Amino acid sequence: MSTIVLLLITGLGLGALYFLVASGLSLIYGLMDVLNFAHGSFLTLGAFAGWEFARRFGADSWGTFLLSLLVGAAVGAIFAVLTELLLIRKLYERLIEQVLVTVGLALATVALFEGIWGQDPIYLTAPAWMGGQTNVLGASIPNDRFLYIAAAVIVLIAIVLFLKFTRFGLIIRAGVENRSMVTALGIDVRSAFTLVFAIGGAAAGIGGVLASHYNGYVSPYIGGSLLIFAFIVTVIGGLGSLSGAAIASAVVAVLQQFANYHWGIGDLVVVLLLAAVLLLRPSGLLGSKA
Amino acid sequence: MNAPAPSDSILTVRNLSAKVAGQQVVEDVSFDVPATGVTALLGRNGVGKTSTIKGILGLIERKGELTFAGERIERLRTHKIVQRGIGYVPEDREVFSKLSVAENLRLAERTSKPRRELVDNLFPDLVERAAQKAGTLSGGQQQMLSLGRALINENRLLLVDEPTKGLAPIIVSQVADALAEAAKTVPILLVEQNLQVVRQLAEDVIVLDGGRVVYTGKAKTLLDDETLIHRFLGVSGGDSHPAPSVASATSAQEERA
Ligand SMILES: Nc1ncnc2c1ncn2[C@@H]1O[C@H](COP(=O)(O)OP(=O)(O)O)[C@@H](O)[C@H]1O
Ligand SMILES: [Mg+2]
Repeated sequence: MSTIVLLLITGLGLGALYFLVASGLSLIYGLMDVLNFAHGSFLTLGAFAGWEFARRFGADSWGTFLLSLLVGAAVGAIFAVLTELLLIRKLYERLIEQVLVTVGLALATVALFEGIWGQDPIYLTAPAWMGGQTNVLGASIPNDRFLYIAAAVIVLIAIVLFLKFTRFGLIIRAGVENRSMVTALGIDVRSAFTLVFAIGGAAAGIGGVLASHYNGYVSPYIGGSLLIFAFIVTVIGGLGSLSGAAIASAVVAVLQQFANYHWGIGDLVVVLLLAAVLLLRPSGLLGSKA
Repeated sequence: MNAPAPSDSILTVRNLSAKVAGQQVVEDVSFDVPATGVTALLGRNGVGKTSTIKGILGLIERKGELTFAGERIERLRTHKIVQRGIGYVPEDREVFSKLSVAENLRLAERTSKPRRELVDNLFPDLVERAAQKAGTLSGGQQQMLSLGRALINENRLLLVDEPTKGLAPIIVSQVADALAEAAKTVPILLVEQNLQVVRQLAEDVIVLDGGRVVYTGKAKTLLDDETLIHRFLGVSGGDSHPAPSVASATSAQEERA
């Protein structure tokens, strides 16, 4: 029983990190049909920014930690907006060029991060509570996992409220369904594109700061490794579906934890699940686009 | 070739050409849309009527000169063109199926003074169904919603593409009546296969064939001429031999009588 609880909660903690990346990927693809391979770089830069902030202001204090999340979110959002405005805006409807540009940006920024911060992991400090454990039904759960879950839930709720109750949210939901009809109603859908990049970049930036605490270090590579799983989650959930991404994040990460614990084949199970979904339900669990 | 635009036209189209999927579907089309009344854009299936409308709006790749209310618009992006005062009711309605009826209308509102009452009065069905997802509406209700989206703003021109397509006769007559009501205050360029509806609404007609304009004139002249109808539209327009599309409108009129 305690093992199940442990795997379940740590799985959800990992799934929370997947979701923070996948939510942006999914929104961006849903609205713009852009597969953003540079999304991992938003995350990595957010992580470095959070760390640079925290080490200057006392990384073991809660205030610093929470502010470092905001710094990561802001830096991720700014990086994402610049990417959209300077690189992707000119390439809408041009799939191959988009892939080349976003892959190129991902490779170039990793090299840039290596140049600035080096290739080695930089270990970081966190508020003491995050290193402790809490007993839940006999299982000792690392405290930080609760934080990741809480952060993902807050981000999910914030995005859902935004989509549901604001005019921009309305434009984004309509644009996911039929972009050209949105413009034919006299709406400049491009401002919604920029905004969606900002939201995705902010979520990735938060994910980056949290992922660096999950790993215990920052490095130029944390974005890339999370991005792979986030893409898998996005596809399984259904490209363009936020709730699909949320459900798939939880399911994939929990399955992965169980498979890792029992047979040490977590990653294999994820890939098998991806294959099964693609064969049986190519548009994903909740996706409407193929 | 570049005839000056008559001063009483709201839209002049000069040498419009448009491509869809690399194929030339509109070729060197020129016509004027008068500033009042309904102008019907006619032609057989696939002659380029929808592409002409989409070309005007910049929804597909096109070239040519477009003057709307005295202003050249061919270089503007679609949303800017629409903001000049154009309401668009696309073929197949294109309501946002996952948005509610109210959200579809709200999205379409371009000013702080939307004409909600006008739309509510024209389509009371939509008021009852405000919270319903547009995708769950019947075809007729979706068409009302699509029309409602165009009428909620004060426009200077409506572009309406086959609003009665696939609708039951009784709904066809409701849609036609709504358009007649709208036409009292705004000019309409109307693509319509149902000649009975054309007869009810349109003063002027423009006929396309193979992506080109082959006839312009008064609607009555065309509709009263069996030979012209057969030549340009390939259907019989006389009530004595109703073609399928004509038959539905005829019965709609009987139902209302
Ligand atoms: N998405 C498309 N892909 C390829 N050809 C198209 C597409 N849409 C329209 N066409 C072609 O363009 C021509 C004009 O189509 P359209 O403007 O829709 O005609 P209409 O509205 O008069 O029926 C037709 O020959 C049609 O086959
Ligand atoms: Mg058509």
